[in-house]
Amino acid sequence: MIPTKEEWIKALTERHGTELQQAFSSATVAVCGLGGLGSNIAIYLARAGIGKLILCDFDRVDMTNLHRQQYKASQIGMYKTDALNENLREINPYVDLEAHTERITEDNAVTLLQGADIVCEAFDSAECKAMLTNIVLSELPDKYLVAASGMAGMGVTNSIKTRRITSRFYLCGDETSDVSDGIGLVAPRVALCAAHEAHTVLRILAKQFEV
Amino acid sequence: MVKVNGTELDIAGKTLTEYLATTNYDMKRIAVERNGDIVPKAQYGETVLCDGDSLEVVSFVGGG
Repeated sequence: MIPTKEEWIKALTERHGTELQQAFSSATVAVCGLGGLGSNIAIYLARAGIGKLILCDFDRVDMTNLHRQQYKASQIGMYKTDALNENLREINPYVDLEAHTERITEDNAVTLLQGADIVCEAFDSAECKAMLTNIVLSELPDKYLVAASGMAGMGVTNSIKTRRITSRFYLCGDETSDVSDGIGLVAPRVALCAAHEAHTVLRILAKQFEV
Repeated sequence: MVKVNGTELDIAGKTLTEYLATTNYDMKRIAVERNGDIVPKAQYGETVLCDGDSLEVVSFVGGG
């Protein structure tokens, strides 16, 4: 049986404490890109009881995504926004979801993301990562940006780190392992980087800004 | 001297565009922080690096 919203909030509050859960519940976090990073980040944040998630991705679930992304074989061909919406609803029926099935560009980023308190960069392409970082930090100066660079391949677990570049810009990853070097992506290492991003979001909301 | 990614370089007086032209960075993959703030891309040409500046060039790699 699905619990009521009151029961849901009570259970979260028992685990996180009142102050922290209120900070999580009142937050809006945007997840840009719903692949290996973004699908994991969204699930972590929905489980933590973040109030609202803005989910952005233009792409559909492909068979080659399933080795690391939080989708199912039955969802191949669906838009990732729709598939993740479905999966998140099963995990947390009360998270507020706003989905944008379109490509984020220099022209629409400000409009799409201005409702967020924190933006997670979770793209695949290095150029898109840099574009979003520059736009958010230049044009949305009141937002925090949590980005990722370097989680491809079979590198050691402990090389994935979080650095604070400016007061509002955090960067997760090993910063060197490039998927274009033909080293592929494996689920745990990508999820590890996604966990760095998601936990950084929670720490920012908890006003614990150091890394 | 200007500190770039932890290394002191003798590039004070150059613009950010002039400095970056001497490097191998791919302009489409970078974000540049100067003294705690991101430098908007449109301002690279007019940003003159000063003695004592601290710069970090973040160069993104692919995968996600």
